[in-house]
Amino acid sequence: MVIDCKHVWEHISGFIDGTLDPAVREMVQRHLETCEICSAVLDSTRNILILTADDRVFELPVGFSERLHARLDEAMREEPPEN
Amino acid sequence: MIAAIVAGDSQLFHELIRPYERSVYVMAFSMMKNEADAEDVAQEAFLKAFRNLAGFRADAKFSTWLITIMLNEARNRLRRSSTAKTESLDDTDPETGSVSPAVLVDWREIPSETLERAEVRSLLENAVKALPEIYRQVFLLRDVEGFSVSEAAEALKISEVAVKVRLHRARMMLQKALAPVLKSMTPARRRWFSWS
Ligand SMILES: [Zn+2]
Repeated sequence: MVIDCKHVWEHISGFIDGTLDPAVREMVQRHLETCEICSAVLDSTRNILILTADDRVFELPVGFSERLHARLDEAMREEPPEN
Repeated sequence: MIAAIVAGDSQLFHELIRPYERSVYVMAFSMMKNEADAEDVAQEAFLKAFRNLAGFRADAKFSTWLITIMLNEARNRLRRSSTAKTESLDDTDPETGSVSPAVLVDWREIPSETLERAEVRSLLENAVKALPEIYRQVFLLRDVEGFSVSEAAEALKISEVAVKVRLHRARMMLQKALAPVLKSMTPARRRWFSWS
């Protein structure tokens, strides 16, 4: 069975996560082998996911942890957790 | 460890939360859209978690419990602040129709070293921030903070199917917004320069 590009795009996420049914995965895989566009969509999506998951993106502000734990210490001195 | 803290060993709470500081802050930032408010909301969420630790149920995940507390805190604050822009449209998004990706050929891998450039980092952050809220939350939890589908569903109080649908749409929206820009930022190097 042959599927078109639009249909393949619907499965890009599932393909990346490895959650597609084996038959669908096989179809998508075969399409990707011959379609430059869908291969580029898959590769660029994967690439973007790797970049956005990098710890250098969405960094904690400098001193965040220190300020948080200082505030917690203050609260703990005032009010221990209720039982 | 939680039982010990509730029993009085408060200092252990510092250790307990260390692995979750980043995800709580990142999610708070995605709600509040600025560092100062995000930090405040994150601190407040950890304080609430400490005060209510006895109410934490062992059948839930601590990470998702923290996120739920933070989201409540953020929503309360946004509701109180008259200047905050509401994103009511997001809540009624029918989640129908498909998001088409940017069509391009010949994707050239962008290596992680590119993230040393501040412009690339802010390009990525801004693209995620520009996603509608329901997509942004799922994307950050699952793809940035590494929550499983079921953990994300639990934290956001939505079904696992909704997590998967929203995640797919978020990824396609990001590919559409980012792929053409990233591609143009990294011009293809000519092969005859590659040995230099
Ligand atoms: Zn195709």
